Amino acid sequence: MNRYPLWKYVLIGAVIVIGLLYTIPNFFGESPAVQISPAKTSLKVDQSLLQKVEDTLKLANIQFDGLYMDASGVKARFANTDTQLQAKDKLVASLGKDYTVALNLLPQTPVWLQSIGAKPMYLGLDLRGGVHFLLQVDMKAALDKAAESTLGDFRTSLRKEKINYYGIERQGQQVVVKFESETEATKARNLLAKDFSDLTYKIGGSDKEINLTASMGAMSQKRIQDFALKQNLQTLHNRINELGVAEPIVQQQGVDRIVVQLPGVQDTAKAKEILGRTATLEIRMVDEEKSDMATLQKAQNGQVPFGDEMYFDRDGRPVLVKKNVVLTGDRITDAGPGINGQNGASVVNVTLDGRGAGIFKNVTRENVGKRMAILLIEKSSTEVVTAPVINEEIGGGRVQISGMANAQEATDISLLLRAGALAAPMEIIEERTVGPSMGEENIKRGVHSTLWGFAAIAVMMVIYYLVFGSVSVMALGVNLLLLVAVLSMLQATLTLPGLAAIALALGMAIDANVLINERIREELRNGNTPQASIHAGYDRAFDTILDSNVTTLIAGLALFMFGTGPIKGFAVVHVLGIMTSMFSAVLVSRAIVNLLYGYRRKIEHLRIG
Amino acid sequence: MELFRIKKDIPFMSYGRLTTSISLVTFILAIFFLFGRGLNYGVDFTGGTVMEVHYPTTANIENIRKVIDAEGIKDVTVQNFGSSQDVLIRLPVKKELSIAQLSEKISHALKSADAGAEVRRVESVGSQVGEELYENGGLALLLVCAGIMAYLALRFEWRFAVAAIIANMHDVIIILGFFAFFQWEFNLTVLAAILAVLGYSVNESVVVFDRVRENFKKMRKASAVQVIDNAITRTMSRTIITHMMTQTMVCSMLFFGGETLHNFSLALTIGILFGIYSSVLVACPIAMWLGVSRANLIGDTEKKSKEDEAAIAP
Repeated sequence: MNRYPLWKYVLIGAVIVIGLLYTIPNFFGESPAVQISPAKTSLKVDQSLLQKVEDTLKLANIQFDGLYMDASGVKARFANTDTQLQAKDKLVASLGKDYTVALNLLPQTPVWLQSIGAKPMYLGLDLRGGVHFLLQVDMKAALDKAAESTLGDFRTSLRKEKINYYGIERQGQQVVVKFESETEATKARNLLAKDFSDLTYKIGGSDKEINLTASMGAMSQKRIQDFALKQNLQTLHNRINELGVAEPIVQQQGVDRIVVQLPGVQDTAKAKEILGRTATLEIRMVDEEKSDMATLQKAQNGQVPFGDEMYFDRDGRPVLVKKNVVLTGDRITDAGPGINGQNGASVVNVTLDGRGAGIFKNVTRENVGKRMAILLIEKSSTEVVTAPVINEEIGGGRVQISGMANAQEATDISLLLRAGALAAPMEIIEERTVGPSMGEENIKRGVHSTLWGFAAIAVMMVIYYLVFGSVSVMALGVNLLLLVAVLSMLQATLTLPGLAAIALALGMAIDANVLINERIREELRNGNTPQASIHAGYDRAFDTILDSNVTTLIAGLALFMFGTGPIKGFAVVHVLGIMTSMFSAVLVSRAIVNLLYGYRRKIEHLRIG
Repeated sequence: MELFRIKKDIPFMSYGRLTTSISLVTFILAIFFLFGRGLNYGVDFTGGTVMEVHYPTTANIENIRKVIDAEGIKDVTVQNFGSSQDVLIRLPVKKELSIAQLSEKISHALKSADAGAEVRRVESVGSQVGEELYENGGLALLLVCAGIMAYLALRFEWRFAVAAIIANMHDVIIILGFFAFFQWEFNLTVLAAILAVLGYSVNESVVVFDRVRENFKKMRKASAVQVIDNAITRTMSRTIITHMMTQTMVCSMLFFGGETLHNFSLALTIGILFGIYSSVLVACPIAMWLGVSRANLIGDTEKKSKEDEAAIAP
């Protein structure tokens, strides 16, 4: 009766082998590496980049252990940190600012293991060192800004249709237009409701003063907030690229927060400076009279004509622009890639708010045939994003910028137009910094706790339950193996509380085996035969094991749902530990016991202490 | 080796009044300290900044205080942490300075005062984040209680569910009482430990309840008291061995886990010790007084045992 069908042994064996395969990568350690990734989305990771990196390293006579390419960029690994730093300096010099060159640590997992997707566990910041920021996006400011631009749009529309009003103001996130008569107000409502259909309108007020109140519905509020958050995310991405961090994480959390994690970053002052920086967009006219080759050449040598400034565009060509600012970026309400309906070329569609549209109309009327430059101004540098030629007068605030090389460039430029500046102000509301030595110490602490605890339990179990104790220890070992394997497979973030959860999972998992062993002893004491006792022990104990694990699981899930950061890390491991312990404590230990006793004809005595 | 070979059932239920009274007294004491002294919340909950600074030689606490004072930052506590070379600096949330500026200002000041100062860890939490964590912690606790009660009511009976949850909430309050009495820092990891204990110590009650149900089925003539006494006696060996094993692991964390895991393992230790006591000597008497009997378990068990047989048969 204590025999498993063959498929069960095979299944258990297969699970253990898979567990082993995915656990192994954790033992290979890491080697210093340099990671090269494009700083712009328009640049591709391709063979030529790989070639360029290889040539640079060979030219500088730097030995590298490996060089390969994946979706995120080219990676080169080195024997020690000295060569790594040398290589980084050489690569920065040869590749320029189009590429981010970051120091990294790469796992030394053999290729055959990598090919089945086996990677070491993903360590959290408290184990590898780095900075964690939680940023709060000021959504009220984003909504206020949106209401402000609606106000401008209203003014333009009402003037155009010659509807009389005597006042317009923003009250919180509502726009209130004041009229003298109800008929004017109704007329205005009909007009505005047609042009701005995502707002809800209400007419009210006294006899003397009729108010038309426009407010944003929940849907458009949500759209504005989403837009603001996305734009801020994109901006942060772009900025963090210049920090040269190997695996930055920039993620949305909740509806109005952004998590930024920069592994390995020690210079927190620089990181904060870059995150908090305010970038602005400016539209200025190109000084066409002075844009001949000779003047440009001179300007590059420092002789910039009076009233002009010289900047470079994204391809590194100099552009002379007037100092006078036509429009600032906060007049841009949206920008997106598109296709020109007539010739099918890629374009960027830009939407301006009411006031911006008015100014833009005047400027374009006076400057047909000239170029207009869009500048991205950040603390450290100013760049000409694009400098399109004005073909005709543009009214209505919808601007199409043509001359894009392809759809990718159109996407890229619209992102820059949108993401150059933050849509809404942000504030750092949480900061956690862990130094690298602290990270290593934390790993050591976690691993030592687990191993010493495991060893002590193993000794006690073997002394107390003899053969059955050894079986339990083996099952517990399989549990640890599977837990590490699952964590490596899922690439779940492992934190110090996560390591504690591994230890605790083992300490709690042994309960199942104690239950089983005690039950078997009891059955023996009641005078049952050894085989029957084993059978009954496992069967009776199973119900209890299931019940007790479900209650633990409930606690784990609640922790997962409400926990953030380190607590979530604890919860994930806790829950996974329960699952693996069910498998190992029940199936694996039973399989071993079956193999030991199930095929004997006669057992005199069970060695269970 | 066998430590617990008990021939006769120990009449645990006859001590029921005594054991629950002891519990009640500890419980009231815990509540008293909890409200009298309050918990010493860490920055996770209160908001504020904690910085751990390492010095190559013995740190001069007085000097560090002066340096920070010179920056015009008030209400700062500076103390040694682990060794004489490590210093922990705590700062409350400041209105006039953002948390990002605050930590930057201090680490700059410390480094210019002593070039050897190494800021090893910074944790800054804004007050709104702290409040949220506080609320979420409470919600998690409620959800765990509700979930466990629902499961036990479904699997056993409402009387067991109520008894188990009272016993376990009593554990949680006692852990909190300890933290209030000793003014140990209560942070997120301790909260995680408490929730883990809640799940773990319900295990304990479940094991005993399972046996109680089984005994009701087998011991047809015995009274409820005899049934429960027998169930506790029969599972006692397992209870003690299991807890000893888990406690071994927790001790290992206490010794090797460093400062971060210190309070975490303390919470677990208290939870485990009181968990044994309460799940056996509090949950069972309560279930008995609530009136568990063969009658209100039997329908359920009859059906279940048939299912069990069906499951074993092939």
